Amino acid sequence: MSDSTIRNTVARADWLAIMLIIMLVVCGWFTICGASNEIGDTDFFSWSTRSGKQLVWIGCSAVLALFLLLLDDRYFDMLAPLLYVAMVGVLFITPFVAKDIKGSHSWISLGVVNIQPAEFAKCTTALMVAKLISKYGFSLADNRNLFQAIGIVLLPMALIVLQKETGSALVYFAFFLMFYREGMPGSILFTAVAAVTYFVVGIRFANDVLPYTTGSVGQFVVLGLIWLFTSIMVAVYGKVEHCKRLLLYGAVVQAIAWLASRFIHPFDIAWVQIAGIIVMAAYIVWIALGERVRPYYYIAAFALGSTVFLYGADFALNNILGAHQRTRINVLLGIENDPTGAGYNVNQSKIAIGSGGLTGKGFMNGTQTKLKYVPEQDTDFIFCTVGEEQGFAGSAVVLFLYTALLLRLLYLSERQSTTFGRVFGYSVLSILLFHVFINIGMVMGLTPVIGIPLPFFSYGGSSLWGFTLLLFIFLRIDARDSLRR
Amino acid sequence: MSANSFQNRKFVVGTIIVGIVLVFLLRLASLQLLSEDFKKTADSNAFRKEIIYPSRGLIFDRNDSLMVYNEPSYNILITMNEQIGIDTLDFCRAIGITKDFYIERCAEIKDRSKNPGYSRYTPQLFLAHIPQDEFSLLQEKLFRFPGFSAEKRSIRRYATHVAAHVLGDIGEVGPNDIEEDPYYQGGDLIGKLGIERSYEQQLRGEKGLRILLRDVHGRTKGRYQNGAYDKQPVPGRNLTLSIDLELQELAERLLEGKLGAIVAIEPSTGEILCMASSPTYDPGKMTGRERSTMHHILSTDHRKPLLNRAIMGMYPPGSTFKITQALLGLQEGIIDPNTSFFPCSHGFNYKGLHLGCHGHASPINLVPAIGTSCNAYFCWNLYKMFANRKKYPTVQDAMTRWKDHLVRMGYGYKLGIDLPGEKRGMIPNADYYDNAYRSGWNALTVVSISIGQGEVTATPLQIANLAAQVANRGYYYIPHVVHKIQDAQIDTTYTRRHYTMVDEKWYNYAVAGMRRAVLGGTCKGANLPGIEVCGKTGTAQNRGQDHSAFMGFAPMDNPKIAVAVYVENGGFGATYGVPLGALIMEKYLNGRLSAASEARARSFQNRHIYYGNYER
Repeated sequence: MSDSTIRNTVARADWLAIMLIIMLVVCGWFTICGASNEIGDTDFFSWSTRSGKQLVWIGCSAVLALFLLLLDDRYFDMLAPLLYVAMVGVLFITPFVAKDIKGSHSWISLGVVNIQPAEFAKCTTALMVAKLISKYGFSLADNRNLFQAIGIVLLPMALIVLQKETGSALVYFAFFLMFYREGMPGSILFTAVAAVTYFVVGIRFANDVLPYTTGSVGQFVVLGLIWLFTSIMVAVYGKVEHCKRLLLYGAVVQAIAWLASRFIHPFDIAWVQIAGIIVMAAYIVWIALGERVRPYYYIAAFALGSTVFLYGADFALNNILGAHQRTRINVLLGIENDPTGAGYNVNQSKIAIGSGGLTGKGFMNGTQTKLKYVPEQDTDFIFCTVGEEQGFAGSAVVLFLYTALLLRLLYLSERQSTTFGRVFGYSVLSILLFHVFINIGMVMGLTPVIGIPLPFFSYGGSSLWGFTLLLFIFLRIDARDSLRR
Repeated sequence: MSANSFQNRKFVVGTIIVGIVLVFLLRLASLQLLSEDFKKTADSNAFRKEIIYPSRGLIFDRNDSLMVYNEPSYNILITMNEQIGIDTLDFCRAIGITKDFYIERCAEIKDRSKNPGYSRYTPQLFLAHIPQDEFSLLQEKLFRFPGFSAEKRSIRRYATHVAAHVLGDIGEVGPNDIEEDPYYQGGDLIGKLGIERSYEQQLRGEKGLRILLRDVHGRTKGRYQNGAYDKQPVPGRNLTLSIDLELQELAERLLEGKLGAIVAIEPSTGEILCMASSPTYDPGKMTGRERSTMHHILSTDHRKPLLNRAIMGMYPPGSTFKITQALLGLQEGIIDPNTSFFPCSHGFNYKGLHLGCHGHASPINLVPAIGTSCNAYFCWNLYKMFANRKKYPTVQDAMTRWKDHLVRMGYGYKLGIDLPGEKRGMIPNADYYDNAYRSGWNALTVVSISIGQGEVTATPLQIANLAAQVANRGYYYIPHVVHKIQDAQIDTTYTRRHYTMVDEKWYNYAVAGMRRAVLGGTCKGANLPGIEVCGKTGTAQNRGQDHSAFMGFAPMDNPKIAVAVYVENGGFGATYGVPLGALIMEKYLNGRLSAASEARARSFQNRHIYYGNYER
């Protein structure tokens, strides 16, 4: 490559995305200063402090970023299968050579630093999937192709589960968002999201009693959602008129059931809802028979299947799974997330964020995080420090930076001239979104407690380098692509 | 199918991104902007508020002699998780406890039902109130025992062994105190009796606060904002009492072995010069760790040493009460100072009622009647008033008028001294007799109240107050024991004159009568050389031996001291009342007792009255 080409590619890299990344990294470093140091400490640069170490990791990733921008982008396409296979190999041997760190076998010691191969496997998997999908004639709408792609994602995921890093493994579900963009039937994505929602909501609120009835909030909400989703699907695949009818019918039946329970005799109105859903499914089938609308059969199946799934999952959780596995799932859902029970961690992190108010307590003044009330306050729960010290204003700024970066990635992905570039861009976007969604949602008590880092904020080199690889490979591909345009 | 046919799905992805962020923003707003609870919880998590105790105000007597002060005392604290591997036996020996006590105390501390705030990371109270001298020995050894630390507090110390009832004491607050005043927290000290209680607000000062940061394990992590929100304690105010310490000591000496009270008042101010109640106790014993044992002993003693008889004892005032009768009779026009129309033939005899009197010439007029304490004169006085249907339409009206006079003279209600627990005494009114005598009553029925017998009772303080108001010729100040409060004014209720309903001119006859009693009547024993003493004895009948009472003031003109003495079952007023009153006046007016008086004082100190199985 000639000097001018190098200058061109670096100059053509998307500077807006790079600026956003730099801003996030800077915010992240200051937050680590706040989270990892004690009140009164001012020595942020010493190697003995986490902020000092993080500065070194940031320096390394800057070098890595520059190196990636200078690399010939064809290598990525070319080397993808090799890198993927190599990484699968590393993941396979990791549990055997790794030390036990808090029950996880995911860290490989390289002398001075420990690295987590799982953080880098995301990148090789993304490259491999992009390579596969960009093959001529490959379509995710085709089931065989789809299973191939899913297989490529599930292999590293399964290996990471074996390392007892469930959180990192779950990140691989992010690829389904990219699959959706690339043509995977939307109903799969929707069904998956619906199933997860049913499961989480149903289990999470299973023990809260719905006022004036004998049933649980979890069941009531899930059955209501089944009704709602079914109606919406009818509107999407059929006639809006039918959807309106179903919504009205559902609202009336549920309202009457609740009022009866309230004023006549308390009972579990879930039975009324189930009966209502069966009647609804029958009605949809009846319309389908009369008007010959094929998708309506699937929709009726969805409504009934969802109901069966809710009770099946509940039954499986309580009767088939052992107590130990049940606890793990409950921990995952944030119902039992620490030895002392009662949601201590999330509670403390909500207190930390809530106590920040509009403008926060000021840099280095967060008591809740400094005094270690919040666990893992400079890794998984680092967003608490933003909330406590910078308040709503600072948190909103951080959320804005993430949104801007995500939307920029969306824009850049869409402008790729190659399928490889677009698929890889969407993979990067999906992974980043999954991390931000789960991590920030977790500290605010919205999503289950899954131990995955907040990109650019959580302390640690592996996570930072992993995202540097993903983002700058993509930016390199984009820069090269813009030369061609 | 080309992948680009799914291009529109970018909008779905974009919507998902924006949707997630909007949900997060809403959640952030609800956590951070809509609720203050999280802020409060975070504060209560992170702040340990350490109280800095102010020093309690000192107490001086009227001559600025120190009576009560503070001495450092120490609490030994234990931090369980740091106390590992110490030589327990060695420690027990060092602080002088048994190993059993050590084990028991540790179990108590760890028991959360007894010690709800227990944490093994924070210091817990192991042993309280270790005096300075014991602690200085211990201090050198304490460093050898990790996990043990000392906290400085203070303990009340007394420079005197007298005036226990006036000074009172302090003790740990009870649940009611905390409920009434949120200033207090468990373990705080509060005035329990005497001026420690009535001047609690002034003496206690204001607690300071140091805000420390506490981590999740309860360990202290420095000061919050470098102490910007800390508060310095405000020391309590010093009190200067009106009590004369030497006079108080004399009064308590004189009452030794007797039950009773002596109260002396400065008439021109209402300040109490001494207030002794017997039996008494050493106030210095009611401090620190000894307090609860001591309090138990005193409160179960059948002679009731905790009772301040000067303000809580309700006694028949006996003949001291005749002065009130003389004054209100004169004011109401019932008697004339210069006429002597009441016969006394060894007492009051009328319609078959006989009330005895001792032998003296008869009839006599007012001044000698006071001087000789003629029962008949005052019974007639009351009879004439209560039977006077021209002036008072009914006997009830007369009674009401009589009662009003006495209330204005300070009887029947609490005077309002600045000490807790004062009793009001008893002045009957017409309703009382209407209820007591359903079949009707008349002047004769109640005639004994004119000489301070029957239903009438008064506290020694009220009797002393009568002496003070006669000394002032018609007014008094509410008696009080505090002369001065540091940097503050004493309550204006104590600096306002209270006039009675009797004119000044009539008081002069009472003064003359009381002077006559000293010169040639019942109070001859109070005739001090060079001092014009005025006095009145009282011999109050009751179930057992008569109570001996005296009230008087001196000098006659420009009086400096008014005294009341009351000795239970002491016999005639002249037996104890007069000589004790005279000694008090002599001591106060001359500054010392003459050799002869000192000898007499010693002999009274050693004269004990046998009370047998005292039940009251």
